[in-house]
Amino acid sequence: MAQDQVLHTESKNNESQKPKQGMFERGILRQAVIDSFIKLNPLTMMKNPVMFVVEIGTLLTLLMALAPGFFGAEGRVGYNFTIFLILFFTVCFANFAEALAEGRGKAQADSLKKTKADTQARKLDDKGKETLVSSTELRKGDMVLVQSGDLVPGDGEISEGLASIDESAITGESAPVIKEAGGDFSSVTGGTKVVSDWIKVRITTDPGESFLDRMISLVEGAARQKTPNEIALNTLLITLTIIFLMVVVSLPPIASYVGVKLELSTLIALLVCLIPTTIGALLSAIGIAGMDRVTRFNVLAMSGKAVEAAGDINTMILDKTGTITYGNRMASEFVPVGKRGEEEVREAAVLASLKDETPEGRSVLTLANEQGVVIDPAPYVEAEFIPFAAETRMSGMDLSGQSWRKGAVDAIKGFVTQQGGVVPESLDSETTRIAEMGGTPLAVAVDKEILGIIYLKDTVKPGMRERFEQLRRMGIRTVMCTGDNPLTAATIANEAGVDDFIAESTPEDKIRVIREEQAKGKLVAMTGDGTNDAPALAQADVGIAMNSGTVAAKEAANMVDLDSDPSKIIDVVGIGKQLLMTRGALTTFSIANDVAKYFAIVPAMFTLAIPEMKTLNFMALQSPTSAILSALIFNAIIIPLLIPLAMKGITYRPMPAVKLLRRNLLIYGLGGVIVPFIAIKGIDIILGVFL
Amino acid sequence: MGSALIQYTVIIILLILIAIPLGRYIASIFSNENHRTDRFFLPMEKVIFRLSGIDNRLEMTWWEYVKALLLVNGILLGFAYLILRFQGGLPLNPNGITNMDPTSVFNTAISFMTNTDLQHYSGESGLSNLSQIIVITMMMFTSSVTGLSVAMAFIRGITRKGKTIGNFFQDFVRGHIRLMLPLAILLTLMLVAAGVPQTLDANTTVQTLEGAKQVIARGPVASLESIKHLGTNGGGFFGANSAHPFENPTALTNILEILAMWSIPAAMPIAYGRIAKNPKQGWVIFGGMMAIFLMMLLTVHLAESAGNPALVERGFDSSQGSMEGKETRFGISMSAIFTAVTTAATTGTVNNMHDTLTPIGGMVPLMLMMFNTVFGGEGVGFVNMMMYALLGVFIAGLMVGRTPEFLGKKIESREMKFIVLALLSHPLAILIPTAIAFLTPLGMGAISNEGFHGITQVLYEFTSSSANNGSGFEGLGDATPFWNISTGVVMLIGRYISIIALLAVAGSLANKQPVPETIGTLRTDNATFGVVLTGTVLLIGALTFLPVLVLGPIAEFLSIG
Repeated sequence: MAQDQVLHTESKNNESQKPKQGMFERGILRQAVIDSFIKLNPLTMMKNPVMFVVEIGTLLTLLMALAPGFFGAEGRVGYNFTIFLILFFTVCFANFAEALAEGRGKAQADSLKKTKADTQARKLDDKGKETLVSSTELRKGDMVLVQSGDLVPGDGEISEGLASIDESAITGESAPVIKEAGGDFSSVTGGTKVVSDWIKVRITTDPGESFLDRMISLVEGAARQKTPNEIALNTLLITLTIIFLMVVVSLPPIASYVGVKLELSTLIALLVCLIPTTIGALLSAIGIAGMDRVTRFNVLAMSGKAVEAAGDINTMILDKTGTITYGNRMASEFVPVGKRGEEEVREAAVLASLKDETPEGRSVLTLANEQGVVIDPAPYVEAEFIPFAAETRMSGMDLSGQSWRKGAVDAIKGFVTQQGGVVPESLDSETTRIAEMGGTPLAVAVDKEILGIIYLKDTVKPGMRERFEQLRRMGIRTVMCTGDNPLTAATIANEAGVDDFIAESTPEDKIRVIREEQAKGKLVAMTGDGTNDAPALAQADVGIAMNSGTVAAKEAANMVDLDSDPSKIIDVVGIGKQLLMTRGALTTFSIANDVAKYFAIVPAMFTLAIPEMKTLNFMALQSPTSAILSALIFNAIIIPLLIPLAMKGITYRPMPAVKLLRRNLLIYGLGGVIVPFIAIKGIDIILGVFL
Repeated sequence: MGSALIQYTVIIILLILIAIPLGRYIASIFSNENHRTDRFFLPMEKVIFRLSGIDNRLEMTWWEYVKALLLVNGILLGFAYLILRFQGGLPLNPNGITNMDPTSVFNTAISFMTNTDLQHYSGESGLSNLSQIIVITMMMFTSSVTGLSVAMAFIRGITRKGKTIGNFFQDFVRGHIRLMLPLAILLTLMLVAAGVPQTLDANTTVQTLEGAKQVIARGPVASLESIKHLGTNGGGFFGANSAHPFENPTALTNILEILAMWSIPAAMPIAYGRIAKNPKQGWVIFGGMMAIFLMMLLTVHLAESAGNPALVERGFDSSQGSMEGKETRFGISMSAIFTAVTTAATTGTVNNMHDTLTPIGGMVPLMLMMFNTVFGGEGVGFVNMMMYALLGVFIAGLMVGRTPEFLGKKIESREMKFIVLALLSHPLAILIPTAIAFLTPLGMGAISNEGFHGITQVLYEFTSSSANNGSGFEGLGDATPFWNISTGVVMLIGRYISIIALLAVAGSLANKQPVPETIGTLRTDNATFGVVLTGTVLLIGALTFLPVLVLGPIAEFLSIG
């Protein structure tokens, strides 16, 4: 099941937090239509040379329709005007694709900007005197006081105090988080709200450079720079355009030798059909949408380059705690000691945990449940619950003179010896065994007898094994880093199915591993949150910092996960791959389309002068005019038809590259050859009704 | 078809049998590995390196390599220019040939330096024996070894990690000493044994049966013939080239010549596979080349076998196929494969007149030169194919969800800039000059045919020049300053832009740390990649030229049928 699971680009919890934004929401759509006309400005169009060529063709055909005398095209006003219209729409469709992609980002940015509304800040001077200033006047190094109910005026580090902060404006997560001075949870983000207590914050950014500012400009696409791969692809697309320009320009003199006069508008039509307009129109939309998919996933990528690099990752370095395992310890086994059996231990453990609401306590009940014990709390309603306390280091239940306890082995030992009980001999050996395996033993006692031990173990999050399996199929090696001893590390590594692990690791180990991998030419991704992770985050090709982490970590990373869920790195890789695949698939499709367009236009161009050319009209298109228009119309409407694909990205299932290539070649390569034949024929039949 | 199939199969099997050991041998030469022939060749190399003062053969960066290449080619070009220009007064001129005019010299010197061997003169009346030996024959060696060196430097660049791609002087000398000279000597002897003349004597005059006097041209034919094919040069001793009975007397010499011009280009992918330490990499490239070649061979065979459509329509017997312009000693199949091989390997030697091929038959050599990569000229054909491989990886590679990499090296913006430069140069050098020729009376004046065939004539001339093939469609009155200069410039563009650009790609790739291959990497050594490669060549290489082909051979075919 899980093996065929598609990597979804939007996590479930994310969808529930934010209202789902439809791709074609009316407001965005309307704005995109307006923008697609604004973008007709040649200065804007020049940034996209392929479409700029189309725009020039559009202008020329318009002139020919308006001033036919000048071009010697008097009898062809209708034809030229039709071509002008189709070309005009081709350019608009391309602009629309880009505008739509940008629009979706802008909508997000607008909601962010609301939080950015000018706030008042309580600035403190050296002597601690408070003055009210506008948040825009704050500079790096200023000290401000933020009290309950205030918005944090800018990014900074808490220098004094502790407060719970609502970060929903940034993360969408409504539960407040506790931040305090010192340590890894001392950074605050401008625009978030202090909901209780107070903090003194040292501002770390100047206006316009804050996290919120960067986030707005990123989602808006204002800061969007073409990624390296996009630049390279653009070079190729421009070259193909130049080549086809040469093809078309050289045709009239050559054709004139055999007395064939070629109309300018037909030549423009041929040129537009041959140059890679489909990918040219959608290229930037694919890039923007790719970034947008990452953002929607609540990960903030600082550059498109980082998203692209994510697709190329060879090695992934993951922290054990929090990423692979829950970090808290769960009951995994009931171990009897002395003469007692497992069932008795289990029963006692259940009773000792019946009213225990700690994760450990709940996990005892869960484990017992899994082992087939049906728990009926009814007989124990009257019981008195003994909660866990730091002094006693145990918890349990008293009922009708009997007491059940579970807790630290030493504490329970004390508990039974106090009542004159004896510690069973096998207790110590079992305790040592569990500790060596990295587990935590909890002893269980009833009155003065120790029955056994609950083996608490760090548990691997469900589904991690399958995800690592997926990563392996993508060719990505996973390395787990943990502070645990080698034995514990090996146990967890084996259970989770990671390829390698580093036990007793220090932050320096991470940098060392990253450097070693990079020296072999590999690209490395990692997550981190602490200040001591910052160098490794900076060294990694893709470093994802947790939003809950320190400013230093966030500065060093090239992505920030607003949900602070380190396992999302795996999905980010999927998004990166999807982005690259979409780009490749549409390029292949666009180039493959040329075959059919050639077969439609080339015979049509020459048939008037060379009647024998009609033999080449394999598609049996009705007339030369209809053939040319059909090809041109197909060339135009394929752009909006592919917008959803460009935005969503093509489906990506983790599988070996060979299979992926074969699959995509069939769909987009072979499909790219066949589809236009059918579509052009279809358009020709429809045109026949009108012409 | 049956006997033709057997002939084709035998030749291709022989080709593969030669190409495998030859590829390995070439790899060993240019990897500077120890070889059992060192005992024999090393002393010779040492003498040459000592004499030429290039004792210190440091590894070169791509740009140093290009500079050395251009320097050597430039000196040879100047040398050739002087000899041709003043051959009348120089020794070894028993037939009293006069000096060549400046634009013809310009064209001829470039033609032989660029491995094109386009001939706007007739050898027997235009060149002295000194020119034939020192200019023509020598440059046939140097130009082919230049191409070979380029290929080897390119292969080094993409397979190694470092700043350098080899030493041009060393490659140049070793390529001559260890490959071209021994093979040429061997082939010359074989050709002489098969009846090809080899002499420094003057032409003889004989009295024919009718009593007329006939001058029989002769000279050092066999030696020129061997390197002409081995080096994918193609410039004939006689104007009729390999259709002349002294150049190519029998079916046996015909097969020898086919294999001679085809073997080294076919061995290049194998040499590459060996150096890349993955023979399958090479076989995929070889397979892609062979697939397109077979398509083309089949087309020309079928077109020629079917006979001239115009004659067939008028009820003439076409059971022999279209024999116009073909030698009866070769017939359809031996002419068809010769035509395909000479344009695939961009040699340009001809054993039949391409002008008289049927329209579709004539389109085949044109298309093979437009591809310029189906085996292709010595070394450069392989490098061009690698350009398409890089392009294929770049486009299709994205579809596996990684930024494109070839042999573990990322293809990025810098490489792409150079790749597209090479990609652009070929259509630029063909289409624009063709259009210009039709715009000027100077160009138009040379065309000897009306209609579509006239278009093909001009297109063929520039395609042949740009692909550095050198075969002529003939019939074109091309010995004029306009054609001499225009094709001369086209040959330079066709040769050096792609060489420089692709060596730059190799240099840039050499600098990169290769990414280890994983299951997520696009493999370039399997059939799927073969499909990608062939598809890229057909889509990008062929689509560019479809409109002009439609106006030329295809229109001609449709209008005479």
